[in-house]
Amino acid sequence: MGRALAVVIWALTLGSVSLFFVKKWWFPTAISSHAPALDRQFLITIIVVGLAFTAAQVGLGYMVWKYRDTGTPGRAKYTHGSSRLEVLWTVITAVIFIGLAVMGQSVWASLHFNQAPPGSFPVEVVAQQFQWNFHYAGRDGVPGRTDPTLIDDSTLNFIGLDEADPNAKDDAVHSVLAIPAGRPVELILRSKDVIHNFFVPQLRFKQDLVPGMAIRVHFTANTPGKYELACAELCGQLHFKMRSFMLVLPEDEHRELTALSQEDFQTRMTELLAKYQLPANN
Amino acid sequence: MATMVTGTRPRTRERGSASPGFPGPGGNGSRKRNGDDPFFHPDSRSNRYRIGVWVALAAIVMMFTALTSAYIVRAASSDDWQALPMPRILAFSTAVILISSATIEAARRKLKADLHSGYTTWLGLTTVLGLAFLVSQLLAWRQLVRQGVYVASHPHSSFFYLLTATHGVHLLGGLFGILYLLLRSRRTETELMRIRTLAAVDAATIYWHFMDALWIYLFLLLFFWR
Amino acid sequence: MSEEHETVHRHPAPTGFIRKYIFSVDHKVIGIQYIMLALVAVVVGMVMSVLMRMNLSWPGTNWPILGTLFPGGAPEGMMTPEFYLSLVTMHGTIMVFFVLTTAPQGGFGNYFLPIQIGAEDMAFPVLNMLSFWVTFVGFVVILTAIFYSGAESTVGPIGGWTGYAPLSALPNSGPGQGMGMNLWIISIAIFCIGSLLGALNFITTLLNMRTRGMSLMRMPLTCWAWFTTAVLALLSFPVLLGGGILLLLDRIALTSFFIPGGLYLSGVLSGTGNFPLHTGGSPILWQHLFWFFGHPEVYIAILPGMGATSHILATFARKPVFGYRAMVFAIFAIGLLGFFVWGHHMFISGMSPYSAMTFSILTLSIGVPSAVKTFNWLGTLWGGRIRFTTAMLFALGFVSLFVAGGITGLVLGQTSLDLPMHDTYFVPAHFHLVMGVASIFGMFAATYFWFPKMFGRFMNEKLGKLHFWITFIGVYCIFVPMHTMGIVGMPRRFAQFTEYEFLATLHPLVVFVSISAIVTVLVQVLFYFNLFWSIFKGEKAPENPWEATTLEWTTTSPPPHDNFAGHLPVVHHGPYEFSVPGAPRDFIMQTDAEAEVTSGNGHDGHGH
Repeated sequence: MGRALAVVIWALTLGSVSLFFVKKWWFPTAISSHAPALDRQFLITIIVVGLAFTAAQVGLGYMVWKYRDTGTPGRAKYTHGSSRLEVLWTVITAVIFIGLAVMGQSVWASLHFNQAPPGSFPVEVVAQQFQWNFHYAGRDGVPGRTDPTLIDDSTLNFIGLDEADPNAKDDAVHSVLAIPAGRPVELILRSKDVIHNFFVPQLRFKQDLVPGMAIRVHFTANTPGKYELACAELCGQLHFKMRSFMLVLPEDEHRELTALSQEDFQTRMTELLAKYQLPANN
Repeated sequence: MATMVTGTRPRTRERGSASPGFPGPGGNGSRKRNGDDPFFHPDSRSNRYRIGVWVALAAIVMMFTALTSAYIVRAASSDDWQALPMPRILAFSTAVILISSATIEAARRKLKADLHSGYTTWLGLTTVLGLAFLVSQLLAWRQLVRQGVYVASHPHSSFFYLLTATHGVHLLGGLFGILYLLLRSRRTETELMRIRTLAAVDAATIYWHFMDALWIYLFLLLFFWR
Repeated sequence: MSEEHETVHRHPAPTGFIRKYIFSVDHKVIGIQYIMLALVAVVVGMVMSVLMRMNLSWPGTNWPILGTLFPGGAPEGMMTPEFYLSLVTMHGTIMVFFVLTTAPQGGFGNYFLPIQIGAEDMAFPVLNMLSFWVTFVGFVVILTAIFYSGAESTVGPIGGWTGYAPLSALPNSGPGQGMGMNLWIISIAIFCIGSLLGALNFITTLLNMRTRGMSLMRMPLTCWAWFTTAVLALLSFPVLLGGGILLLLDRIALTSFFIPGGLYLSGVLSGTGNFPLHTGGSPILWQHLFWFFGHPEVYIAILPGMGATSHILATFARKPVFGYRAMVFAIFAIGLLGFFVWGHHMFISGMSPYSAMTFSILTLSIGVPSAVKTFNWLGTLWGGRIRFTTAMLFALGFVSLFVAGGITGLVLGQTSLDLPMHDTYFVPAHFHLVMGVASIFGMFAATYFWFPKMFGRFMNEKLGKLHFWITFIGVYCIFVPMHTMGIVGMPRRFAQFTEYEFLATLHPLVVFVSISAIVTVLVQVLFYFNLFWSIFKGEKAPENPWEATTLEWTTTSPPPHDNFAGHLPVVHHGPYEFSVPGAPRDFIMQTDAEAEVTSGNGHDGHGH
């Protein structure tokens, strides 16, 4: 029985580890500036995790194989433990684990401990059940005034944009996020109703949109293309359908897009969405 | 589970007789200092009431800590906070509950000194004061309602109703405990029952003092914080 | 004096059926009641998980039987997304509260804590009865929540087991937020009260009722685990109760604790039409209150399993627990740190990024006592003479699964790695393995181990082992692939994965997981059959069938109403004196006054 259990434990360990090792199912190719560092941290962590997991399981299998009761005379080893060993493995694990936690902070700090760099492209994001609204400031770079009392879904004023505000004249609102490649982007995240979450797997980024709060985040996407955008916080019945796209456009194409008037903007977005393809599954 | 009915018989022993299975204090049970259990003295088992009430208070403290942190966060993070005018009658509530702490303490001391009639009188007085406190709190609510201040009027009023109600429910629980003690106080007691009653009264007193202190705390939090 | 006081605490065994089995104050009967409740609840939870897996793997398929059972949730056999989400919510709530909190603590803890410390009952037997029945009412209420179909809601509550506001706070935020949500909150509040009464009883019992010689450091590790669990429950459930009251007030008294102003839902602005005015509330406040409870809850679920595992490993390896003191400290360290890490559930919630950093470091520190426990379990096996009973197999399975599930916490606990991983399948994979399956393995081990004591008969070992092998392999097949789904980016709580192209590649994995889940669930029939068949037909068990050392094995199987038939045991030794050199047998009972043990936990505490 002991040998059978050891073999099963080792087989399950091998199976589990190889699932991570062959990487048949893995992260989609990253497109953001902070992603390489994050992927590296993930790799280091998963190696530590994999080694610790394997060591523990192999050890467990060894114990049950080696120390199974074979019916020979004699007794188990009588010991209550070893203080020296306790101290040793407490210190070792503490160093490794806390070391990992500290290492894991650098990407976090680069994203969250400072404000968006000057020259970032700002987009106001207003999420609602089950739709994304991206509010572009237009040519003047100043977004028009918004007011919840002006929201009217029936007239498609999803974000309550005040048409009377001169700054709003050149603004555009669209369900797709179009950002420039290689330039920092600042999102100002809001929600009209419940909590949503902005998630693009290729960005390695996620942030809740909390009603009553305007959360500012920033990142830089480098590879032009069309990417799927998901809501990752349970927001109600059709949560799984709250899907949109993020278009990462070459700088000039993006500049040209944001300079368009509201109607042309909509047309151009439709063209761009058709032009770019989703990345092939890797 | 047929064996469940078996012998409780052997446990019944004359006082002071040899106890084969369960040696008394200082008996041969302990081999080393580890056996000297601080909880293990003659009336140790009645200590459970005292321990129990402290444990319960820990839970109550956690609940009010949670509500307090909600209060502080809610007050700090929004611009819709309006201070609630203090209903005057709360001063009366506060006085009543302070006095009731003294009366229950008196009851406890009377019982300790074996003055039974004094004990029931003071305990009865505590019950009356406890009820008066609750009535006074209800009157405070009525005052507010007459001014048009309801639970949902603004955050401060929400917290006022919530905290007073939660405190009131806990106090009512204490009141039931005291009533139970009052009902029991009419029985004649053996020496052992007296030990248990003392422990129970201790527990009730601790609880009641805590309810008193909790009210003072809530009163200060609601009207003098910030 | 002590004798007299003894007579007071005698409670003769009740004779009527109702007092004996229904409204019993006997901690053993109450323990079995809790276990029965968990056995019923876990079936409900498992069936729900199978329904969810079916919907995810074979979307759009008609299941006629579903249409008959839930005409509202699955019209004509096609599961609606809102029904799927209410299954998610109910599965989580029932499993976490009514299975993982009741069976380990209320069930086995109730039955064995008093016996293992040599007490005749809990400190407050009537309170004990009350806590079970309060919990039972909570269960009835949660069941009505899913079957409730009012005018506005055809399905149960939707919110996941975390019930994030303002989705859960606004009755008009869609299906599943009506009366069902009220019932969900009320059920949890009732459950909190039941658990608090139980925790109060456990702590008082352990502090007050230990028998002569049962010093703290002579207690079995199970008792330490139950005690720490009770402390965690005592300090965390009041916070959830407080939060639940606030949430319910937001819903029915129209207050604004968690609901901010200016919301716009289904075409109506807050304060106009039939949408009441709300201002200034903080949705994140709910998350803080919830997770302050929610994280300790994880340890409430698993600590008793750790205790049972330590206990069973020592018994069947015929060795003292390696590093008893370190084990006790580790339990306490896990419990204590458990109160300071709740923020790791909220890294991306909009909370301060600086506090996220602190929470992250504290979170990974919890890995240290967890690793210490694993090392000590391996140390306990080292040099042993392992007897592979079914109970032992499940205890070994616990160690394996605890490592497998716990170790990915190193990924999720890091702030930056949480960015891609949060709310993906990596998270359910992690916590199902560690707090779900590992805890349940601990409880399976406990069941096979203590069954002879509870019912005087053995469970069938052949069936038990078959149950172990398939379940052990099954749970690995279910939950390890979920990690890779999370790495690809598959979000949790999606009713379908058909909407996203980047998830299409995962379909074979999704189907594999579902099939593994269905097989594993079906195998549990073996366990149920074995359990109920053995109560009546199992082989008769003697007093101490496993040659174990602790006090429960000094009394009859099952123990009499007052546990030790009229006398209380006196303890002379630490709990795990196995294979003592020179002793006549390879185990020394805790009550054995004759045996000499030159060293051990009960003495100076320093091993050699």
